[in-house]
Amino acid sequence: MLDLTYQTPKPKVIAGAKHDWELVIGMEVHAQVASKSKLFSGASTLFGAEPNSNVAFVDAGMPGMLPVINDFCVAQAVRTGLGLKAAINLRSAFDRKNYFYPDLPQGYQISQLYHPIVGEGEVLVEMGDGTARIVRIERIHLEQDAGKSIHDMDPALSFVDLNRTGVALMEIVSRPDIRGPEEAAAYVAKLRQIMLYLGTCDGNMQNGNLRADVNVSVCRPGAYERYQETQDFSHLGTRCEIKNMNSLRFIQAAIDYEARRQIAILEAGGTIDQETRLYDPDKGETRSMRSKEEAHDYRYFPDPDLLPLEIEQAWVDEIAANLPELPDAKKARFIGDYGLSDYDASVLTADLDAAQYFEVVVAEAGDGKMAANWVINELFGRLKKDEADITASPVSPAQLAGVIRLIKSGDISGKIAKDLFEIVYTEGGDPAQIVEARGMKQVTDTGAIEAAVDQIIAENPAHVEKAKQNPKLAGWFVGQVMKATGGKANPATVNELVTAKLGL
Amino acid sequence: MSDLTKLTIAEARDALRKGETTSVALTEACLAAIDAADALGAFVHKTPEIALERAKAADQRIKAGDASGMCGIPVGIKDLFCTKGVPSQAASKILEGFRPEYESTVSGRLQDAGAVMLGKLNMDEFAMGSSNETSVYGNAVNPWRAGNSDAALTPGGSSGGSAAAVAADLCLAATGTDTGGSIRQPAAFTGTVGLKPTYGRCSRWGIVAFASSLDQAGPMTKTVRDAAIMGAAMMGHDPRDSTSADLPVPDFEAMLTGDIRGKVIGIPREYRMEGMPEEIEALWARGREMLADAGAVIRDISLPHTKYALPTYYVIAPAEASSNLARYDGVRFGYRAKLAQGDGITDMYEKTRAEGFGAEVRRRVMVGTYVLSAGYYDAYYNRARKVRTLIKRDFETVFADGIDAILTPATPSAAFELGQTFDDPVQMYLNDVFTVTVNLAGLPGLAVPAGLNAQGLPMGLQLIGKPWEEGELLNIGYALEQAAGFVAKPAKWW
Repeated sequence: MLDLTYQTPKPKVIAGAKHDWELVIGMEVHAQVASKSKLFSGASTLFGAEPNSNVAFVDAGMPGMLPVINDFCVAQAVRTGLGLKAAINLRSAFDRKNYFYPDLPQGYQISQLYHPIVGEGEVLVEMGDGTARIVRIERIHLEQDAGKSIHDMDPALSFVDLNRTGVALMEIVSRPDIRGPEEAAAYVAKLRQIMLYLGTCDGNMQNGNLRADVNVSVCRPGAYERYQETQDFSHLGTRCEIKNMNSLRFIQAAIDYEARRQIAILEAGGTIDQETRLYDPDKGETRSMRSKEEAHDYRYFPDPDLLPLEIEQAWVDEIAANLPELPDAKKARFIGDYGLSDYDASVLTADLDAAQYFEVVVAEAGDGKMAANWVINELFGRLKKDEADITASPVSPAQLAGVIRLIKSGDISGKIAKDLFEIVYTEGGDPAQIVEARGMKQVTDTGAIEAAVDQIIAENPAHVEKAKQNPKLAGWFVGQVMKATGGKANPATVNELVTAKLGL
Repeated sequence: MSDLTKLTIAEARDALRKGETTSVALTEACLAAIDAADALGAFVHKTPEIALERAKAADQRIKAGDASGMCGIPVGIKDLFCTKGVPSQAASKILEGFRPEYESTVSGRLQDAGAVMLGKLNMDEFAMGSSNETSVYGNAVNPWRAGNSDAALTPGGSSGGSAAAVAADLCLAATGTDTGGSIRQPAAFTGTVGLKPTYGRCSRWGIVAFASSLDQAGPMTKTVRDAAIMGAAMMGHDPRDSTSADLPVPDFEAMLTGDIRGKVIGIPREYRMEGMPEEIEALWARGREMLADAGAVIRDISLPHTKYALPTYYVIAPAEASSNLARYDGVRFGYRAKLAQGDGITDMYEKTRAEGFGAEVRRRVMVGTYVLSAGYYDAYYNRARKVRTLIKRDFETVFADGIDAILTPATPSAAFELGQTFDDPVQMYLNDVFTVTVNLAGLPGLAVPAGLNAQGLPMGLQLIGKPWEEGELLNIGYALEQAAGFVAKPAKWW
């Protein structure tokens, strides 16, 4: 495999009134496990069902009900861990995080504080400019999601929907390795991409299936390097945690706002209170949710209803052996095997469906660069116009490959190819047959072209004179010949003949 | 047949199979006895319709020759078990009106075996207590009385209603649960047999949780044989309980040979407590002699961490309880406090839980919350977990040294008067001193009635067995029962 190398990106620097500041960001990403049933019950995880219709007795916290671990969710967490090049802990355990809220029927969330299922890993976050940050993963643990409280349906009452209660989440905890708002967004996007490849999370941020808590602090230049050398957090600033962000755009805006807020306080001689904050996208600001003093005492302790989770290395190995090709590897292969640019390879591997589409086109058309151009420029452009997804493309990879093959064989020109593509896109059909049926084939018969050239030269003596004085004007003849042949003449042949006949 | 309610499970089973009686007749006799025994406060929800319906079905099965040992046997079910469509409120106000949509695995197994549920039995609220005085239904009363006294005695707790009902012949047997001694102590106080199986033998699914790592259901019966029959029907793997053991359940009754020759019985020196009544000391000595006479080898042993068991238990059990009881919040089921205008969710929680839980439950929830809180977790909960491991190791060591079972007193005294220790929680907790170690170590324990004290009150001995060896434990208990020849019954006053 081609080894791609990147420069380390520069940390984002914000100029304060007095001096420069750098950002330090760590994230806790909550990814809903893609599974049919919940982490500890057989209830469905289907989104959008009637309120309280996907609720097992255990999800509702009924007396005497007990959790039973869903093996598939465990496999998904292991798969995700392997995808993030992380250590898999063969023995992990579940703990109870105790707090009261109506959408938490048991009065505790089952989570993994002390012994998470996945240990340290890392993610390569490309910034698209030849730089990339390696973000270290501290851990991934499995936990239950809470239900949904609805406070705006009635002036006096609150409502609770337990459909989401008990759905499996993976909490992916990073080290404070992220150094700017763009990196933060790119990190989440990369995690999302990897999990989509793995099939372990559907990545739907709008539905809250992927959301992030962002820890932000600021420090003076040089302080972060001292932290790196010593792993001593005291070199870093006090952090604030912005909860529950479910949009890449908001993540960036919130971090930017929060950093500037902290800088303003520090430069005015104040100190940062460690606290939990919420981002208000309407006002574009973060506000305090609860201070450290108000923080819950969750009284974590091992859940006595569940035995420690023990998995076998052979089982992990089997999952590892069946992992799909991941984005980094696929991108490197596209660059190495098909000669694509880093940019094109990134675009094509951003989405697994697009990458798969592209690979079918290449396999049938045999020209990587050309296939990449057509997929990225023509197909993506056309789909974007229709706001359609690659999976809904009216042009199949085989059809697109057919178009490309016709260009390569010289049967059609690039210009005709675009017309042909539009016909295939809107009307469907086999490209070769369309070209045949509609007489779109490029004319390479020099006799026919020669006749057309001769005719135009004969009819336009004035232009011939001008062209002889200024050979650049020969293009006018080429255009006329193309027009006369309905665009089907091979432009190279026309050019050759015009030049020869005019004696240029 | 007369006195149907006095039959043991084994006697009733044999009579049913011979056609000498019917389950309907047994059930009707029990229902009449229950109706005449309100003074005992044992049954708190009577289910005569369900009982007669199941009795009829059982008679059909018996006729068809398709009947297990428990088929047609009228039993009482502790209120801690969720029983479908029948009030199941753990003797707590907070579960007022709660009728589960599901049947606990254990009561469901009994039902499937053809046992007949007569109703729900009194207990301490959420199984927290040793005298059945914390129940929202009021006290259960011991059918036994001391000497010529009329004073009401405790049947023990938390399975006090179960013990009283079996001792008073209101049912042939009952289910109990045991977190720190809640089967064995009431059995000892009422002259009945109580088996707490190895942790993991009986599914906890559908039993209202008190302390999940300690809770275990078991039978409360008139004889050891009955405990073998009913225990086997209650046990077995349940995939709905992750802590349930996937092990076969042997035919315990077939193992009751009474032959214990060569079995090595350990006598733990740490169970000789300061201030233990002489009659308990004497009972223990007699138990030793009886087992020795039956051919067992008696050996003194040491379980050095015994003295830490009670404090360890009273950290771990409340810690788990504080979390297990968080679900009783007034949101989805059971009791919800009346709220004042402007009250929010926190008010609802606070009022509901303050009004819905009794004093002992509130005390344990607060203790449990405290020992799990930041800054105290290591000092209390974590340390208690470590000590628990040491207590368990004590037992593993003696079993590895060839001990087959351990003999101890079941309780530090005979039944005491209701109200006597109710206001002194620490005194109350001392009732569990001989039994909690067994829960902490997850071992099977059996209480067998072994004699009467000077006031004519029953006293019990406890046998502690090796994990999963209930069969052997029951056989040793059977030998002890044979030797002790305990046949006394309380004089009927109710």
